[in-house]
Amino acid sequence: MNKLVVLGAGTAGTMVVNKLRPVLGEEWQITIVDQDETHYYQPGFLFIPFGVYTKQDVVKPKQRFIPSGVDLIVSEIDRVDPEASQVYLAGGNILDYDQLVIATGTEPRPDMTPGLIGDEWRKTVHDFYTVDGAVALREAFKDWEGGRLVVSVMELPFKCPVAPLEFNFLADSYFHERGIRDQVDITYSTVTSEAFTKPVAAKHLSGVLESKNIAIETDYYPERVDPERKVIVSYDEREIPYDLLVVIPINMGAEYIERSGLGNELNHVPVDKHTFLSTDYDNIFALGDAADLPTSKAGSVAHFAVEMFTENFPNHIEGRPMTERFDGHANCFIESGFGKGLLIDFNYDTEPLPGKYPLPGIGPFSLLKETEANHWGKMMFKWTYWNLLLPGRELPLEAQMSLAGKIQEEVGV
Amino acid sequence: MATETIAGTEVQVDEEGFFVDPNVWTEDMAGELASQVGVDELTEDHWTVIKFCRTDFDAKGESPTLRRVSTETGVPTKQLFALFPKKPAKKMSYVSGVPKPKGCV
Ligand SMILES: Cc1cc2nc3c(=O)[nH]c(=O)nc-3n(C[C@H](O)[C@H](O)[C@H](O)COP(=O)(O)OP(=O)(O)OC[C@H]3O[C@@H](n4cnc5c(N)ncnc54)[C@H](O)[C@@H]3O)c2cc1C
Repeated sequence: MNKLVVLGAGTAGTMVVNKLRPVLGEEWQITIVDQDETHYYQPGFLFIPFGVYTKQDVVKPKQRFIPSGVDLIVSEIDRVDPEASQVYLAGGNILDYDQLVIATGTEPRPDMTPGLIGDEWRKTVHDFYTVDGAVALREAFKDWEGGRLVVSVMELPFKCPVAPLEFNFLADSYFHERGIRDQVDITYSTVTSEAFTKPVAAKHLSGVLESKNIAIETDYYPERVDPERKVIVSYDEREIPYDLLVVIPINMGAEYIERSGLGNELNHVPVDKHTFLSTDYDNIFALGDAADLPTSKAGSVAHFAVEMFTENFPNHIEGRPMTERFDGHANCFIESGFGKGLLIDFNYDTEPLPGKYPLPGIGPFSLLKETEANHWGKMMFKWTYWNLLLPGRELPLEAQMSLAGKIQEEVGV
Repeated sequence: MATETIAGTEVQVDEEGFFVDPNVWTEDMAGELASQVGVDELTEDHWTVIKFCRTDFDAKGESPTLRRVSTETGVPTKQLFALFPKKPAKKMSYVSGVPKPKGCV
């Protein structure tokens, strides 16, 4: 009996077992391990602070998405011994594997920035990258009378790189609707030199920030937060005062990755960027946010990556070369408030461009332009996620990026 | 793309002055590159960082982030801001002749 062990039953791990169970024969035993019985629809966290979704909208039991013929073990992972091809679970159990897929994602670590976790945490200092954080922020927003709202990115990379921008846009829209936008100053601070890392998209998105009267502080690398004086302090000693602070905490891979000697300085696993095979072990893959890849950490990337991986995996276990090569394809709807949204589509080599995104049946969607259709695309995604994506059903989306419909003149602006 | 003369050698650089081919960089170019970004003197600490940027780029094919430089060399992040003021991640790469850091996406 051959053994495939998948660590993490989040977006990537769940898709992997659903796609591989039908194609691997009975000689393969598949086990998936996760510390949490609940599956969270993380893109939904963004909407909770604004009262659009509640906690009930974003949670379902994990077991429901695990196909028969796959064992789900609910346990924390303590470490991997890659030399012995064994996984140690927190309770002391040991799993042997022939092939291992690491899909334990990346998690917000507010404890890594001095001053974040303290008496003011979840009172005047918040995050929305966990369900509890998003719910606490909902409570804080409900009765807020206005003041300085600061949205601050602590470190790169973090999952869903467009989420803080969307949060700013939705905050603008939300306070307008409550009739107190003139009482709220919004400032967005980011580690990058522009609103986004890719130049053409950055230009479009800075325009949107400006039109919504959201100030931006760039090249801002936070060192600590002083909750008593209500300021963030950067390494170069610039201070930003706030009344309500919303941070995107430092994102790190799981701690067992570090204990197992498998990660980089943020516990993300170095892999080949086209095949996801570990750079050190040829029976370990890392997929989704857990991998150290030069593309976005996003559900859409995890989806495209899993498509490629599951094509390649049967070849890999037979000792044949992996012929499918991942191109870094990412595709994100960006909520921009007032019932509109933008869409970006890019890969390792081509940055997000304006134009049209053709989608059979429903599209085309407009790229880098605020439209109502893009907003509905984003809202439809929740249904798509639970019903099509996680169960591994076919979606009308190509895993490889296409240039069809894109306007290329703006490259190099 | 443009050509610039650094320490007597012609090098091809991109729009922002980063080397198109990191392999043409030599240690005697560092001083001149540093003064272009407002770093007048290269101390031992500067060299620790520059040497790490070079070896890490050779090993990984990518310019290291501030966190990576700080973790691997033991030079505190705050010190990196003192050594390469204002935009240390970019300036370290610039002086070391490796590409502009991607920032992550
Ligand atoms: C606020 C927010 C908004 C987002 N919006 C979007 C969006 O609009 N579009 C988009 O494409 N993506 C979005 N994302 C990103 C998306 O949710 C992630 O990229 C995606 O879930 C990654 O999948 P994954 O399988 O790699 O990790 P995850 O889905 O996070 O799964 C990791 C799993 O590993 C488990 N685990 C971790 N450590 C251990 C351990 N030690 N032992 C046992 N189990 C462990 C966890 O419990 C979890 O179930 C958003 C994320 C956030 C936080």
